Amino acid sequence: MEEKRNFTVSVYTENNIGLLNRLSAIFLKRHINIESMTVSKSEIEHVHRFTFVVIVPETLIRKVVLQLEKQIEVIGTFYHTEEEIIYQETALFKLSTEFMYDERIQNKLKLRRAHVVTITKNYFVIEASGLKGDIDKMYDRLKPYGLLQFVRSGRIAISRPKMAISDLLIEN
Amino acid sequence: MDTLKKETQKGKTIKATKISGAEAVVKCLLEEGIDLVYGYPGGAIMPVYDELFKYKNQLHHVLTRHEQGATHAAQGFARVTGKTGVVFATSGPGATNIVTGIADAQIDSTPMVCITGQVSSHLLGSDAFQETDIVAISTPVTKWNYQITKASEIPEILAKAFYIAKSGRPGPVLVDITKDAQFEEIDFSYKRCEKIRSYKAVPKFNIEKIKEAASVINSAKKPFIVWGQGVLLGKAEKEFKTFMEKTDIPSASTALGLSAIESKHRLNVGMVGMHGNYAPNVLTNECDVLIAIGMRFDDRVTGDLSRYAKQAKIIHFEIDPAEVDKNVKTDVAVLGDVKQTLSEVLKFVNKGNHKNWLNEFNKLYQIEYETIIENQFNPTKEGLTMGEVINRINKETKGDAVIVSDVGQHQMFACRYADFINTRSSVTSGGLGTMGFALPAAIGAKMGVPNREVIAVIGDGGYQMTIQELGTILQTKAAVKIVVLNNSFLGMVRQWQELFFDKRYASTVMTNPDFVKIAEGYGIEANRVKNRGDLNTAIQKMVASKSSYFLEVVIEKEDNVFPMIPTGASVSDIRLS
Repeated sequence: MEEKRNFTVSVYTENNIGLLNRLSAIFLKRHINIESMTVSKSEIEHVHRFTFVVIVPETLIRKVVLQLEKQIEVIGTFYHTEEEIIYQETALFKLSTEFMYDERIQNKLKLRRAHVVTITKNYFVIEASGLKGDIDKMYDRLKPYGLLQFVRSGRIAISRPKMAISDLLIEN
Repeated sequence: MDTLKKETQKGKTIKATKISGAEAVVKCLLEEGIDLVYGYPGGAIMPVYDELFKYKNQLHHVLTRHEQGATHAAQGFARVTGKTGVVFATSGPGATNIVTGIADAQIDSTPMVCITGQVSSHLLGSDAFQETDIVAISTPVTKWNYQITKASEIPEILAKAFYIAKSGRPGPVLVDITKDAQFEEIDFSYKRCEKIRSYKAVPKFNIEKIKEAASVINSAKKPFIVWGQGVLLGKAEKEFKTFMEKTDIPSASTALGLSAIESKHRLNVGMVGMHGNYAPNVLTNECDVLIAIGMRFDDRVTGDLSRYAKQAKIIHFEIDPAEVDKNVKTDVAVLGDVKQTLSEVLKFVNKGNHKNWLNEFNKLYQIEYETIIENQFNPTKEGLTMGEVINRINKETKGDAVIVSDVGQHQMFACRYADFINTRSSVTSGGLGTMGFALPAAIGAKMGVPNREVIAVIGDGGYQMTIQELGTILQTKAAVKIVVLNNSFLGMVRQWQELFFDKRYASTVMTNPDFVKIAEGYGIEANRVKNRGDLNTAIQKMVASKSSYFLEVVIEKEDNVFPMIPTGASVSDIRLS
């Protein structure tokens, strides 16, 4: 049994309705759970970028990437291992203002390079960015204070190797 | 009328006065050279049907009896002509009824454009009458799909639809058009689509790979070719034959590749796969180089992958990059259109001589003939066999007919025993295995090649899944010949129950109606054969008929298809009994 690994799949596409459905269906067809997903514009005008994170064997991700690539409105698809990318996730934590001046929380903020984005009479919101593990740790530490709300973004990633989308567009 | 004709001259960008979206749909089809559409009207597509009425002299519409029938008819038409089949259906149930045909066309790479009506755009998402999200439903089984909500999108989207359906590896495209977009008026102009920036229809071939493939082929001692439908889809029959003959390599077909090379060609060693021929299956595991051409290593072809051609170097000529290394790891992948790549590789391959190796195929064929085929063609048992019926059809048609088969035992008999002398003569539902495919597909095939004999070979089970299409024959007078091989069983499932479920025949026994009376009810001349002595005359009479004809042949009830590779077994463990 081939080892499962974390892969970040970057899919550059046209900006069309329904494409998310078409791409996610390809993961569904092979019974693959999507760990995280982000959609945004890319470095090229009118080209969108889907970033999926999945945990699968490499032989499988290679096949999935070819299936993604095959979709008419997909311009290019790439997959990378954790070592090949620089990535971040962002999280927001909402806590009661009574803990605002708690020294332990203050220390945690410094340690994680997190910062407070909003303070009201009743609650305050901390924003933290980092690797999934960092956010998980932060979550564990803040949980005892009674998290009022928590949300984490999908992964955003920049690859170390080149993803030559502009070249693909010119070639076609 | 004159101006209209001028306007619709092919290939030109045309400008005209304001027309409705519905009329634009019809004009787009005419621009694409479409003159035949299969479909079924309903509320959400009525504006388009109203235009069909006006354009009936230019665009012929065939009313099937069920939307699924429309899709299979379009598939049959596409498979024998190489053109794109077109289907119209309404929203809701009309749209969901075409899903099976779309899935079938997707897995068998058939070019098809389906146009569905949709509720008006202001009603989308409101669970309106006959609203269904057909774009979402059809996404996993279409090459591309799109929902049009503005008439101005119609020309560009339909141009894209036809380009995508037909180019590269063909497939089905669905375009859903809201009713308000059909009514809305636009200035119509049309330009054929020739390119989509995010879509590469045919990958550029790499000359180094061609040379590498040629060098592997030139040094092979026991090379073996398995070809698939890619040869037909790429219209590369001639190039393939030249390549096969020059290299002198024994070649076998997948079920969908049948008829690309005449059955009796000395290098054609039959069909691979679960019920394919003995020699090509066994020798798959003895060849030193396996050359796969326009095929996708379906599990019904390969059996257990871990014991499939492990000793051989694999060369894969393929148009779809996603098929390379999907099931079988390739040593040399030659991407591109086979028509082009085969012509290229031909320049580098040496003239071969594999007489002794071909003899090994012939020896194994003798074994298969003596243990299986002889008993099918000249049975000693009283009951009629499916094999002798197909053999008899061969004799009467001299292999010149289009054989459309359904799914099940009779399909395997048809694929194994039908003789083909012309390309595009075998139409069957391979990948999806859709029972009910053959009758409507045969209607479409007959309309595609009206001068050829088209014979649908169907089991008693599958026949009843789309039997209502006899109504389409009645109305269109399509001269389809229908042969129902009736064993009063769902034969293939029964065979599996016999072999793998200790003969527990759960729900495979069929109590059938009087098929002859039914055919006659639809105005089709019909006959039933129960005895061997009557078979020849009955088939002669059927083939001689100028109009549609129905022939029921009562078959031995518990006959099995052999050889057989049981699920999970290796190709070389193929069973002869």
